[in-house]
Amino acid sequence: MASAVAVRGKEEAGRRERRRIGAKGNFAAAMAVRDVDVDVAAIYPITPQVQIAEKITEYVANGELDAEVVPVEGEHSAMSVVVAAAATGARVFTATSSQGLEYMHEMLYIASGLRQPVVMALATRALSAPINIWNDYSDAFGMRDTGWIMIFSENVQEVYDNIIQAYRIAEHPDVLLPVVVTLDGYILSHTVEPLEPLGREEALRFAPKHPRGYRPVLDPDKPMTFGPVGVPAWYHEIKYQQVRAMRESRRVIEETGKLFGKLYGRSYGFIEEYRMDDAEVAMVSLGATASLVKAAVDRLRREGVKAGMVKIRVLRPFPVDELVKALENVEAVGTLNRAISYGGAFEDPLFMEVAASLASRGILKPMASFIHGMGGRDIFVREVMEMYKKLMEHAKAGRSARRTYFWGVKGHNPDDDQKD
Amino acid sequence: MPRVEIRFHGRGGQGAVTAAEVLAEAAIDEGKYAMAFPEYGAERRGAPVLAFTRIDEKPIYEREPILEPDIVVVLDSSLEPHIYMKGLKPSGLAVVNTVKTPEQLAEYIRNHGLNPPRCIATVNATEIATKHLGAPIVNTSMLGALVRASGVVKLDSIMEAVKDRFSDRPHIIEPNLRAIKEAYESTEVACL
Repeated sequence: MASAVAVRGKEEAGRRERRRIGAKGNFAAAMAVRDVDVDVAAIYPITPQVQIAEKITEYVANGELDAEVVPVEGEHSAMSVVVAAAATGARVFTATSSQGLEYMHEMLYIASGLRQPVVMALATRALSAPINIWNDYSDAFGMRDTGWIMIFSENVQEVYDNIIQAYRIAEHPDVLLPVVVTLDGYILSHTVEPLEPLGREEALRFAPKHPRGYRPVLDPDKPMTFGPVGVPAWYHEIKYQQVRAMRESRRVIEETGKLFGKLYGRSYGFIEEYRMDDAEVAMVSLGATASLVKAAVDRLRREGVKAGMVKIRVLRPFPVDELVKALENVEAVGTLNRAISYGGAFEDPLFMEVAASLASRGILKPMASFIHGMGGRDIFVREVMEMYKKLMEHAKAGRSARRTYFWGVKGHNPDDDQKD
Repeated sequence: MPRVEIRFHGRGGQGAVTAAEVLAEAAIDEGKYAMAFPEYGAERRGAPVLAFTRIDEKPIYEREPILEPDIVVVLDSSLEPHIYMKGLKPSGLAVVNTVKTPEQLAEYIRNHGLNPPRCIATVNATEIATKHLGAPIVNTSMLGALVRASGVVKLDSIMEAVKDRFSDRPHIIEPNLRAIKEAYESTEVACL
């Protein structure tokens, strides 16, 4: 590909170089994939992720990325291809959404069980039926027990930064787990925002490709078997190794986020606290929804309400202690999510993890969970402010909500969710 | 500059979404924060389309549709005033592709039982775009008119953003720049 690289150099010389550009989340994802010099990409296009596939194919076609793009007939094959390619030592990428993620679901466990450092972008989208192409987190929450590290992005910059970091984390010898980076369908995938890409040289310095042999790979000179039967005598141990790897990944995720901040001025942790210093009520949220909660916090603060927000950046491994530390001093804790666990102890799966985190550390305080914005229903800042006010009622009464509040449902009063 | 919220009204195929994005890209190039997004739907040519741009000096957290814009940019003169006037701040600006003068458009809006906004800008973008591009794709012309009427970004920034945006189709860059310039120069603005 030497000639293609030379052509690219010439093209760039004629173009005005910009450090800060406007870009959609889908393009930020593709740029990150280009900048870490992925070797193999297999992507089946699905709305709203299609532009990621298009852009990567374009990079390969015009010589900006020397990768093998495998045209697959579906997502099950896409994941199969990248798992197999990763097993040969390649740096790999795929992307999907919604039904595509469901279609590759059984392969998600194969990726983590075979300990392959696959990186995937997930443009979050509602699940059928009824068919819906818009944003919520049903697909992401559906893969939370598949053994993948899960990183949520709040804005376009984070999409890029998280994917770069994902390679450093996934391929770390102490981790060797697949990583998914989310971008809210449309709300990030199709929204133009400021983006400061690192560029290829810097991205590869941050997430360097390891020399062959640093992890077990398929090699004719040193034959090895991947994926034999895990008999009862050993399956149990192998699963515990996965648990240990996920626990171990915490250290690597933390170091990676800190180093990123040290080098580029944008620090990343497991959570992000927003105006929590003197907060009396806190809402926990994630993804681009966290932006709306920040806007609500700003307006509530102007009204004199001491509101704060905690954003979950890393859903897996779940940041129990960081979250508890952030929430231990507030009077009441709420969660706002766009995913449903039907029939769960609480219908908001995020709330169950937040409540378990606090309870396991002996902290009991009024809590309430809120679900809004399923299938791309707009959540307005004023609605989030109303949720905070509901949460403050719980703080005042000293009582938690008995069930998850469903906000914004036509003809439905959320208070009715508390009735038997 | 305080936050500016702009709503683009067009029909599928006129480039309203691209206009909103190019405007955000221009603002970002000026060092500002900006966010541009369409009203996500099943896109089809000819159907009414909405796109939004927010511009601010500070990071923007409001990820919600713009219901009360400061500025509306109307790419298609066949759209009824009650569509594009909805929620427009009384102190706001309407930039409309029409053969009417601002005064005639104000009268037209009044005839629909609505109060015109404080400022109205009109431009015959269909004629300008057809002349330079050979097709009534008015988005870039309307950006020229918007810049003239609002100064929300610099004309140069729009020009650069258009060059960047169309870098994969270099033959359409010059015609678009000419359309922007002519629209900028021929836009009529009137404020109450």
